[in-house]
Amino acid sequence: MAQPKLSPWQYMILALVSICAPLGDTCLSRGMTRLPPISLNHPGTLIAAVFTPWIAVGIALLIGFFASYLTALSWADLTYVLPATAFGNVIVALLSRFWLHETISWQRWAGIVLITVGVGFVAQGPALTERPVPAVEQEQAS
Amino acid sequence: MTIPSTALQPGVWSSAAMIAAIVLASTAGEVLTAAAMKSIGDLDEIRAHSGLKGAIRAVITCPLFFAGVSFLALAFFSLLFALNHLNLSLVAPASASLTLVTNAVAGKIFLKENVDRRRWTAAVLVCIGVYLLAH
Repeated sequence: MAQPKLSPWQYMILALVSICAPLGDTCLSRGMTRLPPISLNHPGTLIAAVFTPWIAVGIALLIGFFASYLTALSWADLTYVLPATAFGNVIVALLSRFWLHETISWQRWAGIVLITVGVGFVAQGPALTERPVPAVEQEQAS
Repeated sequence: MTIPSTALQPGVWSSAAMIAAIVLASTAGEVLTAAAMKSIGDLDEIRAHSGLKGAIRAVITCPLFFAGVSFLALAFFSLLFALNHLNLSLVAPASASLTLVTNAVAGKIFLKENVDRRRWTAAVLVCIGVYLLAH
């Protein structure tokens, strides 16, 4: 049975969920805006787009996101995983500020502070709701 | 508060209905997927015993998982439909932040998760934060 407090490996899975989703979306967006407009009359170009480097990397990151998200849900509550992984939005905002040198409005700074405080709140508590062990399992254990 | 022009933009109620459809489908998808993963058990342990193939087999043979993914797909197409009628700057932050709160409610009711005061506070703070960040 999973323990309420997480191991370093489990924190790494949560970090992967946070980072892979926004990075994957960014790669897809970057790849799609570099392509010429795609018409529904030529669906083949959409399939060809999958094999361009940015979109391929984006898809790989989103597959990584879904695998780590499912893994996290197998040992932590949904109401723990969702707020904890919303921290990815903060990482993207900070990357855009310090790497891409974009300006961040005071509303966005307020959003960053609120998400960080919210994640701090949820991360202090147990990751999984403790449930009574069924009698059959208790007998098997003893 | 400004009311959008009814000539070109959808009204307040139809905008709310489109956002509600995304939020409801997304919440149903997340809750069913979470229920599926809880019924399967700790994936790290399954992978340690049966390898990566065993873990993948455990996931793809769970009917609840497919129900969850179907609702997540429905949420995606509802998002595409809403984007066809509404601005991204309204749809993306509104649906992303509202989903956090509806998931907390659904997690408590359907998954019987212990949503204590700490988790409620986190859900509301992150909800407002995501809205401010994405708006």
